[in-house]
Amino acid sequence: MDLARYHRLRSAYYRLEGQRCTSCQAVQFPARTTCRICRARTLEPHRLSGRGTVYSHAEVGPAPRGFASPYLVALVQLEEGLLLTAQLTDVDPEDVMIGLPVEMVTRRIQEHGAQGYLVYGYKFRPILPRRKAS
Amino acid sequence: MRSAQPVGIAGYGAYVPRLRVRTSDISNAWRPRGAIAPAVAEKSVPGPDEDVVTMSIEAARTALDRAGTELERIGAVWVGTESKPYAVKPSATIVAEALGITPHVVAADMEFACKAGSEAMQAAVAFVGSGMVEAALAIGMDTAQSKPGDALEYTAGCGGAAYLFAAAEDALAVVEASVSHVTDTPDFFRREGAAYPEHGGRFTGEPSYFRHTRAASRRLLEDVGAGPEDFAHAVFHQPVPKFVEKVASELGFTPAQIDTGLVARRMGNAYAGSSLLGLAAVLDVARPGDRIFFCSYGSGAGSDAFAFRVTGRIEARRAGAAVADYLDRRQVVDGYGRYLQLRGKVRRG
Ligand SMILES: [Zn+2]
Repeated sequence: MDLARYHRLRSAYYRLEGQRCTSCQAVQFPARTTCRICRARTLEPHRLSGRGTVYSHAEVGPAPRGFASPYLVALVQLEEGLLLTAQLTDVDPEDVMIGLPVEMVTRRIQEHGAQGYLVYGYKFRPILPRRKAS
Repeated sequence: MRSAQPVGIAGYGAYVPRLRVRTSDISNAWRPRGAIAPAVAEKSVPGPDEDVVTMSIEAARTALDRAGTELERIGAVWVGTESKPYAVKPSATIVAEALGITPHVVAADMEFACKAGSEAMQAAVAFVGSGMVEAALAIGMDTAQSKPGDALEYTAGCGGAAYLFAAAEDALAVVEASVSHVTDTPDFFRREGAAYPEHGGRFTGEPSYFRHTRAASRRLLEDVGAGPEDFAHAVFHQPVPKFVEKVASELGFTPAQIDTGLVARRMGNAYAGSSLLGLAAVLDVARPGDRIFFCSYGSGAGSDAFAFRVTGRIEARRAGAAVADYLDRRQVVDGYGRYLQLRGKVRRG
């Protein structure tokens, strides 16, 4: 990814920051100049919950240059109802299924060679299992 | 040392990667049959998309969620590490951006081998305690480096924790006092451009870890007018479990006091993250009124010691992942070759 583009999109990449329309309350991701529902320009930054479920998934192998393998891609349905394409991480291909609850994590998504810059961005992983509260 | 205004921990969070390598796999590659067993059975390894930045972001998110502090009130973030993804370019700005606390924030990476995380804690206490900022984030995190075949390779693990410091009246644990003890000691170093650190033979152990840990710990006990028996838990830097057992016993702490914080038994030594992760494991189970003793160690060399007193807010500030959840989540990598590949020690040509 181009360094200037990466820099411009960092709020979206690092923390899933999209927009909320102050006219109709619709939430959208990524940011646009107008509301996707009512076309208003009254948009404010809005951070998505980062929680959702796997809507569909695919294994893209072998990974493109600069990406880690295995490279699992999913369409994630967020709690807000939005659908988002993202890589999955911390999961083996055989454990991915439709409906799997996932949460957003910020990970390395690309390395421009051993000397170049690193691209960080959102991925999704199965929700970390937690012990019962003591 | 004591800050002008009382300060405490308002939120904390930990991180340990999912992958583990069995140290017997490392041993089989390097040591003759019948050699003594490694100090820990397995150690944590970062996934191919993980580094100190990504791990710090996750630990810090938990800390901020638990504290519930408005993001605008956080005025500083320091990442203490000896495995920065960039040699030149702060990790802390990436972390701050991901947390949404830029731009009016002091941010930098701290450097002091395995004590870099507690160095960040000292700075956070001072910034908050002086009134310069309302809240400050201190992180200790490492993907520990070791040369293939070196003794360190059996224990160099990955992980760490993040602490949000704020005024004592909003704290889950209040800082009673802290101490720092440093000397110029050549026990462990890495020159610019070298891929792996070197350790200075006869300076390992007694003149370094033990001398500094004992000195800082004794000074702190004196400063707070307490004895080892006054603390519910004690946490130390954890190069190998037996170092902690030995220094704790020399200082008069019992095995029961160090047990909860001794996370290295399950994941190895997380360098700058090691003692901070141990403290997080203790906070996961501590009760209001408990006093916690903490002493880090970093080569080069020095120790930071802190005494904490847990408050009644602790129980309401434990939502989200505990250290035990991360330790329970484990996937053993398939042998030494896969481990070398994950650590970037071998690359596809
Ligand atoms: Zn609208």
